[in-house]
Amino acid sequence: MPRVKALPLVSLLAISPLLSGCQWVVMAPAGDIATQQKDLILVSTGLMLLIILPVMALTLLFAWKYRQSNRSATYDPDFHHSTKLEFAIWGAPIAIILVLGTVTWIATHRLDPYRPLERLDANRPVPEDMEPLRVQVVSLDWKWMFIYPQYGIATINELAAPVDRPISFTITSSNLMNSFYVPALAGQIYAMAGMQTKLHAVINKEGVFDGFSANYTGHGFSHMRFKFHGLSDNDFGAWVANARASGNALTRAAYLDIARPSEAEPVRYFKSVDGDLFYRIVNMCVPEGKECMMDIMHKDANRISGLGRMGNPAALALARLEKALADNLCTPGSEPATALAVVADLAAGNRRMSAAPAATRIFSE
Amino acid sequence: MNFDSDLQQLVFGRLTLEAIPLHEPIIIWTFAAVAVLGGAVLAAITRYRLWGYLWNEWFTSVDHKKIGIMYIILALVMFLRGLADAIMLRLHQAMASGGGEGYLNAHHYDQIFTAHGVIMIFFVAMPLVTGLMNYVMPLQIGARDVAFPFLNNFSFWMTTSGAVLVMASLFVGEFAQTGWLAYPPLSGIEASPWVGVDYYLWSLQIAGVGTTLSGINLIVTIVKMRCPGMKYMRMPVFTWTTLCTNILIVATFPILTAVLALLTLDRYVGTHFFTNDMGGSPMMYVNLIWIWGHPEVYILVLPAFGVYSEVVATYCGKRLFGYTSMVYATAAIMILSYLVWLHHFFTMGSGASVNTFFGITTMIISIPTGAKIFNWLFTMYKGRIRFEVPMMWTVGFMLTFVVGGMTGVLLAVPPADFVLHNSLFLVAHFHNTIIGGVVFGMFAGIVYWFPKAFGFRADPFWGKVSFWCWLVGFWVAFMPVYILGLMGVTRRISQFEDTSLHILFVAAAVGVSLIFIGTLAFVAQFAVGFLRRKAYADTTGDPWNGRTLEWAVSSPPPAYNFAFTLVVHGIDAWWDMKSRGYTRPLAGFRPVHMPKNTGMGVVLAGLSLVLGFALIWHIWWLAAVSLATLIAAAIAHTFNYSRDYYIPASEVAATEETRTRLLAGKVAS
Repeated sequence: MPRVKALPLVSLLAISPLLSGCQWVVMAPAGDIATQQKDLILVSTGLMLLIILPVMALTLLFAWKYRQSNRSATYDPDFHHSTKLEFAIWGAPIAIILVLGTVTWIATHRLDPYRPLERLDANRPVPEDMEPLRVQVVSLDWKWMFIYPQYGIATINELAAPVDRPISFTITSSNLMNSFYVPALAGQIYAMAGMQTKLHAVINKEGVFDGFSANYTGHGFSHMRFKFHGLSDNDFGAWVANARASGNALTRAAYLDIARPSEAEPVRYFKSVDGDLFYRIVNMCVPEGKECMMDIMHKDANRISGLGRMGNPAALALARLEKALADNLCTPGSEPATALAVVADLAAGNRRMSAAPAATRIFSE
Repeated sequence: MNFDSDLQQLVFGRLTLEAIPLHEPIIIWTFAAVAVLGGAVLAAITRYRLWGYLWNEWFTSVDHKKIGIMYIILALVMFLRGLADAIMLRLHQAMASGGGEGYLNAHHYDQIFTAHGVIMIFFVAMPLVTGLMNYVMPLQIGARDVAFPFLNNFSFWMTTSGAVLVMASLFVGEFAQTGWLAYPPLSGIEASPWVGVDYYLWSLQIAGVGTTLSGINLIVTIVKMRCPGMKYMRMPVFTWTTLCTNILIVATFPILTAVLALLTLDRYVGTHFFTNDMGGSPMMYVNLIWIWGHPEVYILVLPAFGVYSEVVATYCGKRLFGYTSMVYATAAIMILSYLVWLHHFFTMGSGASVNTFFGITTMIISIPTGAKIFNWLFTMYKGRIRFEVPMMWTVGFMLTFVVGGMTGVLLAVPPADFVLHNSLFLVAHFHNTIIGGVVFGMFAGIVYWFPKAFGFRADPFWGKVSFWCWLVGFWVAFMPVYILGLMGVTRRISQFEDTSLHILFVAAAVGVSLIFIGTLAFVAQFAVGFLRRKAYADTTGDPWNGRTLEWAVSSPPPAYNFAFTLVVHGIDAWWDMKSRGYTRPLAGFRPVHMPKNTGMGVVLAGLSLVLGFALIWHIWWLAAVSLATLIAAAIAHTFNYSRDYYIPASEVAATEETRTRLLAGKVAS
């Protein structure tokens, strides 16, 4: 079986011409979060290669050495157990996974997309007085809307941010389940209707980067792309001014018009945005007269607490939920979790772990 | 006019002539080709008067061996469809990434990738696995059939009905355009109002009945029907993996059934389990479908691991290294596979602790898997390796699968997953494990047990051609896909702005062409084997110098498998018997009690097919009639008391006498 040995060589030869001239954006990102994620990929791969490469080499070696025609090799049909080898067989993967698991524990907490940034890059912490740029992201069928509450502007299919300023994204969807992803900037997070997810990131280089939806949503999905501009402070100021000069206002009526399904939409700017538009999108009450989910849930909670006075212990527990809702949740801009999710959440005693974690994590804001 | 349309709706539901996709030339040509080929096959069957033979000997058979073969034939036929889908996708991507738009519109492209995934998992990989388990496991434990032979036949036809329904969607209506797991809200009634998702739901529900029942059947067979002396810790590893896989099936398929039923309610009666508002939660669907979906990948790969264990031990001429640790590794994988489902959606906003938990549980699965790889490795160590085709698949697997395992563990690191989730890197990863693990394993198993099933070996030249085309084809097809993922290309996209991707997509298309050639060669090895069946005949029943009980009987085995119940004294029972100088008993045969064939499996599954079609097209009267008939037929079958018969001792003696003469080399096969 000499041909077995040629296998990796053949596959390497087959792909080597393809390696040149490609932009591996995931391996060469421009934002600190994505850079740390890239480093983690390299570290993990390196750790695993410690065991994968010897296994591949031994496979080839044994396949060659113990081939039938090699009569000089030892043949021991009764060799089927060795306690020492068994220890090594189980111990080696356990050791690798122990190390990798520790790395994973640390990195997952450090790179939690919900965690506000502590550094701009490996050498610079975030200055204490630096306010993050807030961007509200809405995925629509099939385009992206970005609202800048600090500047009162909004855009369709174009995102911009100043270099070296933390960005705090809050993300939702008008209808279908998308995933907000700018590979050069940071990993993705899902955009889901009636829920809100978060992402913190920073861009360290000026330039134009690709952004898109990374979760398939039907016919217009392929064109659901936008450009992300990393700009200098001055250029960002000019970009905002340009949006303000556009003359369009993003009212509830204008939003409903835009939310209708369409494909390959051109870039558009809005000089102003209705103040509670994002809250209404998350609560699915943009149309006139449609009740917001937060209000519906508040009523439900009240109704349940009415039952609680009749002495039902389960309902009594739910009555406490009402208070929690009233105390913590019913502020504009907060999250309309489903009643179930909130119950599960409180029961778990942990706002971050629940059946619908994305829906509930906003409370910690 | 109004009356006419009301009447039409009453009779045909929403099925109209417009449902035939006459405007899609690709589908029309496909239909023409299928009609011509299918017509030719049907004509040939009629011409050679094979209908009676097929009906009596195969379709109504309750023999686990014939049912196993039918499962594998179904899988290979469906594989051709799934592969055609793959080739169409890669061709489109190669064209669309070169600056054009490609030749498929979004509606068609989206159906193709959905159908590709659904067919490859549910109607290729599942029947391959079930077919092999069905054929081999009862022989390995020295049983005469499975515990419930009729149920086995019924399960097969239910799986086939599901497959027929998927195929029907190609020519009548449309298939789902949702991806293979049909996440809501995209699969909800508002985003997908027509029949595509309904085809998906009903075909999976019908096939799922078959899968669940066959799972129960095989578990009971292993638990209750092992021959004397076949303790659990003496069972062949393939039987062990069969047991674990079927436990997984029985524990997880009901979840799939339930979650699809809830989605069906959302679509048919307007409930709000998975809708965006009214208290529904699409995330709940995603949780539930993956609580089934992750064990599902182990359902597929465990039997493949079993095949490798048998193949390695046989062709190395050695007992499997670390049998006990292999068994425990299998059981550990079975249990751990339930604890990892959330790693499919780290990116949905779970907290860091939740993500870490599921990331680490996922990594832990790589420990028993790694132990298995080492066990195969040390079985080769100090062995005397015969590189027959199944052994080549096994070595190819070991070199390929470790890479897929590595990228899998990488994807289990949540922050890494944030940049790789849903990318082509992920697509390359799961093809790496499913092709390198499941497909290679099933192909190894088919070639390995082929002489047992048919009495002659497959042609080794074409087998090797097939192996090399697949192996090289796989690497050429999917290494570029890994790279595309690192370039930030997401899955399920049909249009590309960046023409620098073109060369990678072209390379992937070349790889798929190699895989296509490999597939033709795979079929050719059986065709050539058939033509040279005299030269390749297996008169011994033990062509590979095997170690387990299936090699103790003739090839093909008699209907009753074993004339006498064997008594087992150790691991590798047949090897043990051979080394102790076992001699076949030549006299004293007794009548064998056997289950009788029945056409009821075909009838019930056929009625289920009609029911599914009626529900998809909202033909309510037909649904009611077929459901009522289905229930009536099932009840009627319980009154069928003519279910068994005896093969007379004289016939058993005659069959065994033929084998005696074959073994003595007195009769050419």
